[in-house]
Amino acid sequence: MWTAVLVAGVGCYLIKLAGLSVPPRVLEQPLVERIADLLPVALLSALIGVQVLTTGHELTIDARLAGLAAAVVALLLRAPFIVVVAVAAGTAAVLRLLA
Amino acid sequence: MTVPDTSPSRTPEPRGQIVREGITVGIATGAYGISFGALSVAAGFDVLQTCALSLLVFTGASQFALIGVVASGGAPLSGAATALLLGLRNGLYGLRLGPLLGWHGPRRAAAAHLVIDESTAMTVNRSPGTEARTGFLATGLAVLLFWNLATLGGALAGRSLGDPQTYGLDAAVGAAFLALLWPRLRDRVNQVTAVLAVFVALVLVPVTTVGFPVLAAGLVAVLVGLVTTRPEGTGIPGPDDRASDGRRES
Repeated sequence: MWTAVLVAGVGCYLIKLAGLSVPPRVLEQPLVERIADLLPVALLSALIGVQVLTTGHELTIDARLAGLAAAVVALLLRAPFIVVVAVAAGTAAVLRLLA
Repeated sequence: MTVPDTSPSRTPEPRGQIVREGITVGIATGAYGISFGALSVAAGFDVLQTCALSLLVFTGASQFALIGVVASGGAPLSGAATALLLGLRNGLYGLRLGPLLGWHGPRRAAAAHLVIDESTAMTVNRSPGTEARTGFLATGLAVLLFWNLATLGGALAGRSLGDPQTYGLDAAVGAAFLALLWPRLRDRVNQVTAVLAVFVALVLVPVTTVGFPVLAAGLVAVLVGLVTTRPEGTGIPGPDDRASDGRRES
């Protein structure tokens, strides 16, 4: 665990420093920018899918999906971040309590 | 090595306002920190590791990704790899911020740690030099302070809760990712990317090592980037807002 913490910490810092230090035009190509811009979208989406719909190597549907649906509703109602997270957790918790 | 502070100067009003805006953003971001602390402990990190993540990694989406991969049973190092990929955008922010801040040497090295979504958004629309530096430092330092305090609070609270599933904390991680992603889902190309990424990841889950499907989904970004030509920005405050300005040289 500590290795991962340190690798992520040092790596993320070096990325930031590299960005500040590189002359802007070197990396400022439309293609590089576009891919770097899409990368968070792809990774976060995949994380949502894996986080909500899988257990180990299996695809599963359980209270987590209901929690995510509740989060969508909260987001549509423009709820702040912490409310969205709490609504999702609360929905899943209540469903498990009833089950 | 004087660091701009909040004391009165030749332009007290704008500076005070810039600093206040930065502090407001810092406090608002603290709410994410509470969730991060609680979820990180639920994922199996101890309080010290959780605090180290917020202090050293200090970029929210990457931290959530790391604990998310670990929470779903992935190897910590593939979590770290996902965190690094998500951290790449900070490098692009740095490209925009470098000329605006105009710092070199140790100051630049120190400033680099503060390059995140929030500090970038509060800097790119300001004029180069003092204004940009004030916005950057006020926002960056405020977020640094409140993010880490909130992480500690969330971690301590999370530790006293017991089994995270009882409170639905496993469902909260997905919701946190969705909330981070939400502002960008208005854009059509982003929508397509998101759907394809989920599909690729879920198809790979049964047949690959845990943690790999998320990394593989990163290839979707490369492919979509290659096949689309998109002149407009993505609606997220940040470097895209200035993309057209940057290309004015012919």
